[in-house]
Amino acid sequence: MTTFAAKTVGAAIDRLDGPDKVTGAARYAFEQPVAHAAYLYIVQSTIARGHVRAIDATGARALPGVVEVITHENAPRLASTEDPELVVLQSNAVAYHGQIVAAVVAETPEVARHAAALIRVQYHEEPHDVELHAGREGLYQPDPENVGFEPDTHHGDVESALKTAAASIDVTYTTPHEHNNPMEPHATIALWEGDSLTLYDANQGPHAIRGDVATAFGLEPERVRVISPHVGGGFGSKLFTHGHVVLAAMAAKLVARPVKLALTRQQMFALVGYRTPTIQRMRLGTDNDGRLVAIAHDVTVQTSKIEESVETAAVVTRMMYAAPNRRTSHRLARLDVPTPTIMRAPGECPGVYALECAMDEMALACERDPIEFRIRNEPERDPGSGKPFSSRGLVACLREGAQRFGWQPHTAPAKRRDGNWLVGTGVASSTYPTRRRPTTASVRVNTDGTYRVQIDAIDIGTGARTALAQIAADALETPLERVRLDIADSALPRAGGAGGSMGLASWGTAIVEAANALREKLRTEFAGNVPAEGVEAYVEVGRNPLAERYSMHAFGAQFAEVRIDADTHEIRVPRLFGMFAAGRIVNAKTARSQLIGGMVMGLSMALFEETVIDKRFGHFANHDFAEYHIASNADVLDIDAAWIDEDDPYVNSMGAKGIGELGITGTASAIANALYDATGLRLRDLPLRLPFDI
Amino acid sequence: MDVEVALHVNGTPQRLTVDTRTSLLDLLRERLGITGPKKGCDHGQCGACTVLLDGRRVNACLALAVAHDGGNVITIEGLAENGDLHPLQNAFVEADALQCGYCTPGQICSAVAVLDEAAAGVPSYVTPPGASTVSLSDEEIRERLSGNLCRCGAYVNIVRAVRSVAP
Repeated sequence: MTTFAAKTVGAAIDRLDGPDKVTGAARYAFEQPVAHAAYLYIVQSTIARGHVRAIDATGARALPGVVEVITHENAPRLASTEDPELVVLQSNAVAYHGQIVAAVVAETPEVARHAAALIRVQYHEEPHDVELHAGREGLYQPDPENVGFEPDTHHGDVESALKTAAASIDVTYTTPHEHNNPMEPHATIALWEGDSLTLYDANQGPHAIRGDVATAFGLEPERVRVISPHVGGGFGSKLFTHGHVVLAAMAAKLVARPVKLALTRQQMFALVGYRTPTIQRMRLGTDNDGRLVAIAHDVTVQTSKIEESVETAAVVTRMMYAAPNRRTSHRLARLDVPTPTIMRAPGECPGVYALECAMDEMALACERDPIEFRIRNEPERDPGSGKPFSSRGLVACLREGAQRFGWQPHTAPAKRRDGNWLVGTGVASSTYPTRRRPTTASVRVNTDGTYRVQIDAIDIGTGARTALAQIAADALETPLERVRLDIADSALPRAGGAGGSMGLASWGTAIVEAANALREKLRTEFAGNVPAEGVEAYVEVGRNPLAERYSMHAFGAQFAEVRIDADTHEIRVPRLFGMFAAGRIVNAKTARSQLIGGMVMGLSMALFEETVIDKRFGHFANHDFAEYHIASNADVLDIDAAWIDEDDPYVNSMGAKGIGELGITGTASAIANALYDATGLRLRDLPLRLPFDI
Repeated sequence: MDVEVALHVNGTPQRLTVDTRTSLLDLLRERLGITGPKKGCDHGQCGACTVLLDGRRVNACLALAVAHDGGNVITIEGLAENGDLHPLQNAFVEADALQCGYCTPGQICSAVAVLDEAAAGVPSYVTPPGASTVSLSDEEIRERLSGNLCRCGAYVNIVRAVRSVAP
């Protein structure tokens, strides 16, 4: 399927939007110049369940500079309430702490915020249920129709196999609430002109936002335009439309002028999603040869009362290792909490954490080196689907990575000591599915030999703007300088968002196909000569038919060295190395950054990240960067990523696998496994915190 | 309450009437349209709003505009001289020390001040006690830039960029 010779593709080209980003010239959603805009500020519920009895906005309305106060009593009615996340101020019901219950529009941000603080809301409060724990009441199997995947799978007889296994483990891992926290807070500017709405919005895919907003307001999609030239990260929280976007459009309509809304960092914790806590029971058993005879992965997660959303943490276990007897399951609790959303590698990130720690435990339990144990249990085909892999570089990554890292094979914790430091090393596998979405694109050639490529792709920091230009240049067999690429505007040809590591694969394939179509059109209709008005080709590319025949995934192996201060128990990670197999790497510079970035977030997950819900009130207690810690510069020491050459002709036109999420999978496991190697203590709950007495 | 303040911003005198609650960050972004300094937390916890105020790095979100009447402010937009980017700006592009770019203006302004602080011998937590000069090792750079969060995880490249410019 690979249809072009890579020249620019593969090169370590500087990020094309780098100069704009280092000079402050790159404007993000909230920074778009819009005349006569008013400021919107949100008031959030202070109860987790019940309803609003009364709202007294007298003080707010009396404040000079206040334009309007919006509550469920005067908010415009939405045309559709199908998406529960977008049903903002349509009734007095409160389903979680922090829900939007009112908003103020004012001339300045200071007045809007002051007025919001003057609004008095009276509630009828009902008892709430916000705590996830194993074996709690009300856990249920989600409906596959609703959640789009099979919650449970069974092959063979896990229970019997575990009973007769030569060695086995039965252990439970947990991960806490984690928040995406992109550096740019979610923001929207809404601007109505008659019945047409323009949104400058921070998101991961303008077309999806356009569709959701059009549905909510009962508009033809063409009447809504979403523009998102620069986006300050997302990691999942900006992929789906959230209620504040609808609120901004609603407010702009009500006050008949443009409205600007930026969520505060604190508001983001309740309003734009998070990763659910997970409870994952892992049972593994081996025979006398260190081969898995059984593997079972049972997952418990939460969702909100308003929407069913499932973190598919056990799905990875269906394809990762060979075992004749396998079982996976997902159980869900519906709580009075905000709806979880996707966060970098949803499902795979926490799932790989549990699986790869369990593999380490199992390896040592049957006295095998963790790398040798994984290689021994390498499947010939995808155990879940029975399909062959389009390519599977796990063993190569384990072997090559081990050599570069200097891995010392071992079958018991080394518990090395260097001065006051306890030192250990750990390994874990990484993996993430390789997929692509139906996408459209157009390419135009001008008489001066320049090209214009148009597609509603987006660059949230991934480097897509640069990588797509490289792909276009090679597909058009022209220098990079001759390609002009327009992205991040719903007025451009339809494309899916930056999510599921599908962005580059989907957009790049459409661009390659559009380039091929243009070449064909030029040849057949214009005898190879570009007419004065130029020539344009537009393509619609569907799903990958080869996905029916092959199991497609990217792989990797991560290696960590951990040092623990013997007195303070501070955990440091002086070395972290990732060896990846992800098909063709389009830009060696930005790809390395993206893989390292995933590993940094994985390190952050291992050591720091945890949002604590206060069960008395149902809110996230540590809702800012002072209390929700993410890795800072001083926490990140020697981290590097490399990749093996991998030729996969089946995945897409470039042979490139998505890498946005691959890097975060396995990092926390490698660190936890290294911590065990250093101390002999197996910590199974994230973030890793050593007990006082070791 | 409104008051009049006068500031030099990137070499240009500015005189404007502001709400006494207006932060220096909101003055720059919402009143002057200087949007290089970013709002990431509004609480001095992330560093995205870092600017140089009277030659020192500050979190503009924690500075009330009215308290800095007569102040001299340099933002990311004011670092280039005669059309030439500051060496750190070029180094950030070359080292790919950014991804989404939202923390980048704050990182670079902070790093500009780090170079000055090191040149002036200002010690940090990791400077050996009694050292008379400060050499910007990786450890020093990491420590001194830890007030600037980067969720994309570009830290190793940020350190590389700053090291390439450090004397």
